[in-house]
Amino acid sequence: MKKIVAALALGAIVAVAGTAAEAKEWKKIRIATEGAYAPWNATDPSGKLVGFEPDLALELCKRIKAECEIVAQDWDGMIPAIQQGKYDAIMAAMSITEEREKVITFAGPYGTEPSMFGTLKSSPLAKATFPGERYDLSKDDPKAAIAALADALKGKTVGVQTSTIQANFMEKLLPQVSVRTYDKLDNAGIDMAAGRVDAIFGDRSAVGAILEADAGKNMTLFGPAFSRGVLGKGVGVGLRKADGDLKELFNKAIAEANQDGTIAKLSTQHFGYDISIK
Amino acid sequence: MNWELMWDSVPTLLRGVPVTLQLVGLALLFGAAVAFGVALLRLYGNRVTERLMAAYVFVFRGTPLLVQIFLIYYGMGQFEAVRSSFLWVYLREPFWCAILALTLNTGAYTSEILRGAILSVPQGQVEAARACGMSRSLLFRRIVMPVAIRQMLPAYGNEMILMVKASSLASTITLLEITGIARKLIAQTFAVFEIFIVAGSIYLLLNFLASRLIRYAEWRMTPYLRARG
Amino acid sequence: MFELLSFGPNGWGGQLLGGAAMTVAVSVSAFALGLVFGSLGASAKLSRSFALNGVAEVYTTVVRGVPELLVIYLLFFGGGGMVMAVGRVFGYDGYIELNAFSIGVLAVGLISGAYSTEVIRGAVQAVPHGQIEAARACGMSRWLILRRILVPQTLRYALPGLGNVWQLTLKDTALISVTALAEIMRVSHVAAGSTRQPFLFYTTAAVLYLLLTTVSTAAFERAERYANRGVRRA
Repeated sequence: MKKIVAALALGAIVAVAGTAAEAKEWKKIRIATEGAYAPWNATDPSGKLVGFEPDLALELCKRIKAECEIVAQDWDGMIPAIQQGKYDAIMAAMSITEEREKVITFAGPYGTEPSMFGTLKSSPLAKATFPGERYDLSKDDPKAAIAALADALKGKTVGVQTSTIQANFMEKLLPQVSVRTYDKLDNAGIDMAAGRVDAIFGDRSAVGAILEADAGKNMTLFGPAFSRGVLGKGVGVGLRKADGDLKELFNKAIAEANQDGTIAKLSTQHFGYDISIK
Repeated sequence: MNWELMWDSVPTLLRGVPVTLQLVGLALLFGAAVAFGVALLRLYGNRVTERLMAAYVFVFRGTPLLVQIFLIYYGMGQFEAVRSSFLWVYLREPFWCAILALTLNTGAYTSEILRGAILSVPQGQVEAARACGMSRSLLFRRIVMPVAIRQMLPAYGNEMILMVKASSLASTITLLEITGIARKLIAQTFAVFEIFIVAGSIYLLLNFLASRLIRYAEWRMTPYLRARG
Repeated sequence: MFELLSFGPNGWGGQLLGGAAMTVAVSVSAFALGLVFGSLGASAKLSRSFALNGVAEVYTTVVRGVPELLVIYLLFFGGGGMVMAVGRVFGYDGYIELNAFSIGVLAVGLISGAYSTEVIRGAVQAVPHGQIEAARACGMSRWLILRRILVPQTLRYALPGLGNVWQLTLKDTALISVTALAEIMRVSHVAAGSTRQPFLFYTTAAVLYLLLTTVSTAAFERAERYANRGVRRA
């Protein structure tokens, strides 16, 4: 039994390495997105993938002169699946972090956004005050804000999406706060409306989208906004390490789209403000 | 294959075993009570209870457990009436939602097993007991139930194994049992094969123990089959 | 609230219906694949070869003893690699694309096959040995015995068990939703998340599954009656 499994696994590794090594001409690129993280990416009632990233993907592919296919994929299976060769690129509000760069590589970043907390208006968290409004974790010292958050969140539960930068943030900087991880941030939003978790933590726009939805009328943002550091270097296109040529193509396309204002335009259209890298 | 990572994941994954066992144990316990009530109402109740219980069994056997779990966890929390009732203390927790879903699910299946077993008790034995002047309840306690339970053991063993496997679905509502921890580890290490092989082996071991337990119970309950060696 | 289930531009009705079609497609294909695995597994278990017995035993024990969710994850994440490795053994070097549908069919088919193995094996063993002896005495060849005596009777004995396996297969397809294949469960999950009406959509999903199980149970009952038409009832 062990031998069979070992043989299969070995075969799998060889197979994956094999596909990645073969040089391709990039005529067709398959791009994975989640389809459940509005406004970055979402699914409309007809099942079509919509949002900032599906639009941006089309723009970038036009510049690369390749045909693009955008497929939906559950968030926590994304990195294993790209390594398997199920698709060639990830555009799913995935931030560039050290952990992820150990297994895949990124083109970009093409956007950046701070992370923020959301809570119910009726919660005491909504009224709590915190020192400072914005923290760039790569240069600011967040100690005072973290201490204030730890204090406010004592005995409370925070909902995050599994294997996200925010989940990582909670684990590293607020390890004493109890965290519940969801497959989608939407579900954390449902559970906050139901009162199962006291706060949710995600990208500002994604938390904002939940706040705007029907059940979110009684929700509000609170606390300071955090960015960079453990929260990564902005959102990029996830790629296999072996596909260096594709990374070049995407980097070039992103730079062009940034220069001529395409990204800023799409951003304003979907977010209402500019998230492009300046 | 990264053997070291596999070895390192063992203690982490084993930390999920108590949660899995609690889920399975409590669901089987409550489920047995539900099954007993449902089977009796279907066999000895009136037309209305018979229909109601049949509908319950039909719904829970005809839909995937995943739908049942999501309906109980996300669906119930949507209603203000549920949230303001005393039940919310329990339904607020994913653990008790999972227990509720697993209980109702196994209750439906077990009630069918039990009903079949009760129906299979030979009529002659019941008649003999009546002829001895046993009351209805005594007859049920001394004759019908012991024979039926012996009869249903193999099928119930299968149900136990199905429950051990079903408990993995609790990971979809944020519970960190074996499968939940496995998914978390994969998100951190991206080592799909290694983690799943370890997690799968733990489940195999649990199920092996469960089937041994049932085999032992069967052996204990059938001394008359052992006498002739 | 019910306009969310409508077929209009803001309703999820069309998608849910498509999801139901996808569920049926995956279930039927997986069940058929499971029958192939099941027949192979049963013949392996009934053969005199020690190695074949062992392989079939490992297959049914492992697949039936490990949560379906794990089997599906493993195939979803590792399935492409495994298939390509098998392809390599047979000398095919290219990239074999496996979409969510084929992975789903493969995963559920593998699970369904493990249960079918046991059902088919039991059914073959239920055919009275005397009948095979009688056929041999009539001078039938092995192939003829298989076709005329063994297979028709095995089918009859296996039908109730296979009906159960079908139900199991149908319900297991709900787990494929984790691979983002747009079947009933996936559509409901996405719709519930984005409209924040989980109760409405999960109830709809439950009703759709109930419809499918009810219709198929009736079909299996008819098939059973047909298969038993020549059998006297006690």
